[in-house]
Amino acid sequence: MATTVIPFGPQHPVLPEPVHLTLKVEDEIVKEAIPALGYVHRGLEKLADIRDFHQMINVCERVCGICSMIHGTCYSETVEELMGIEVTDRAKLLRVIWSELHRTHSHLLWLGLFADAFGFEALFMQFWKIRERIMDINESTTGSRVIVSVNVIGGVRTDLSPDQIRWILSEIEIVEKEVKALQETIMNDYTVKSRTVGVGVMTKAQAWELGAAGPTLRGSGVAQDMRQQGYGGYSFLDFEPVVETAGDCWARSTVRFREVLQSIDLVRQAVAKLPEGELAVKVKGNPPEGEAYRRVEQPRGECVYYIRGNGTKHLDRLRIRTPTFANIPPLLAMLPECELADVPVIVLSIDPCISCTER
Amino acid sequence: MLFTPTVIKNLLKKPATRKYPYEVREPFANYRGELVIDIDKCIFCGMCSRKCPSQCITVDKAAGTWQCDPHACVYCGLCRDNCPTKCLSMKDVHRKPVTEKVIWIEHGNPPKPKKKAAAPKAEAKAEVKPDKKADK
Repeated sequence: MATTVIPFGPQHPVLPEPVHLTLKVEDEIVKEAIPALGYVHRGLEKLADIRDFHQMINVCERVCGICSMIHGTCYSETVEELMGIEVTDRAKLLRVIWSELHRTHSHLLWLGLFADAFGFEALFMQFWKIRERIMDINESTTGSRVIVSVNVIGGVRTDLSPDQIRWILSEIEIVEKEVKALQETIMNDYTVKSRTVGVGVMTKAQAWELGAAGPTLRGSGVAQDMRQQGYGGYSFLDFEPVVETAGDCWARSTVRFREVLQSIDLVRQAVAKLPEGELAVKVKGNPPEGEAYRRVEQPRGECVYYIRGNGTKHLDRLRIRTPTFANIPPLLAMLPECELADVPVIVLSIDPCISCTER
Repeated sequence: MLFTPTVIKNLLKKPATRKYPYEVREPFANYRGELVIDIDKCIFCGMCSRKCPSQCITVDKAAGTWQCDPHACVYCGLCRDNCPTKCLSMKDVHRKPVTEKVIWIEHGNPPKPKKKAAAPKAEAKAEVKPDKKADK
């Protein structure tokens, strides 16, 4: 059989961001996929040379266009660990609240895009309609829809008033109700299942060996969630990782769907346990010589921040390992032997965030 | 088929979207929109330019100018939060789109002659320990 080469991306209707895959196809079956990255590299890590360690929070928030809060939190926590700063419990839990709201809206965005990838546009619009409530919460409590900029080294700079908390609780209750109404559709609908069940299967052993992260890993049956380490405010909360065992696109979408409900529950728990206290502790001096390392759970999986200080206000090194970077090798293992028409669904099933990957 | 009830409900409800730009939502009070400066209150200390993560603000104390590149501004609000005289504020609406890039320059009054003896000292202080100030 003759091999045909089909370029997929960097501009493709299912891809919000540019990634290029060279697909080697025999008949309609994909035999090999070769990725090409580097279309949106911005050199954010290098900016640590010319921006001081406070200003780098705002740079780190811009690594990702969806989960800015979690990048900012991870960076702040890494610097706090290096400088030996103990953040107040209130600041920790406020960070958790915004982080989980970010996870909710990121997953709702993805569920919509995923529905769009297999041609279910009505479901896509429905998920995005629900997501607007979370965006409104972000905008009214922090001042911006996505780039919330609430983190500072030593805590947060924005507080939640009792009125705002009541409003958040009433809004997430509506979100939960509306999301649950779509549970049957995304999990059991015939048309959805025909495009997702058995597509892009990755076994538990494969996922572990290839270093998959986040819902891609948990969709294959590995119960690994970085929040279980209890970093930041997660030590106060009670939750279990969401795991599915099928390892196909259906399992990955189900994991994300259930994580939306889990995040809403975590927001409620964090609000219930929110103590009184200072928002931020005063930070004196510069990061000392030494290094710190932090792993957090982002909507897309495990994100790693490594920093090395040198006693000045500029960091010696900032290294960010994002979850999509870890999920590209599993994606390349999923693609061979799939149908060409399933490629968009499989590519989206790892929730690719290319801007994160290329930083 | 499982989605049909949602579709029917949506058909009977009002649209979820607005007819923008004819209908504009009431902005949220805390929204970080257009930056405004009350130049008469400004003491040209340069705190905003030191805190700015995108380094879009330039303050020249000798010339009495406060300069900002609104296209480089990321609307983080750090300059507003750190301004000692609270002369910076943010509107609750975003800037209007423009067709040409501009640099926004404000001319203010240089420090009064009476305070001149004290003012250079304060400036010198700030220059000697910029690290300490930036850490707060």
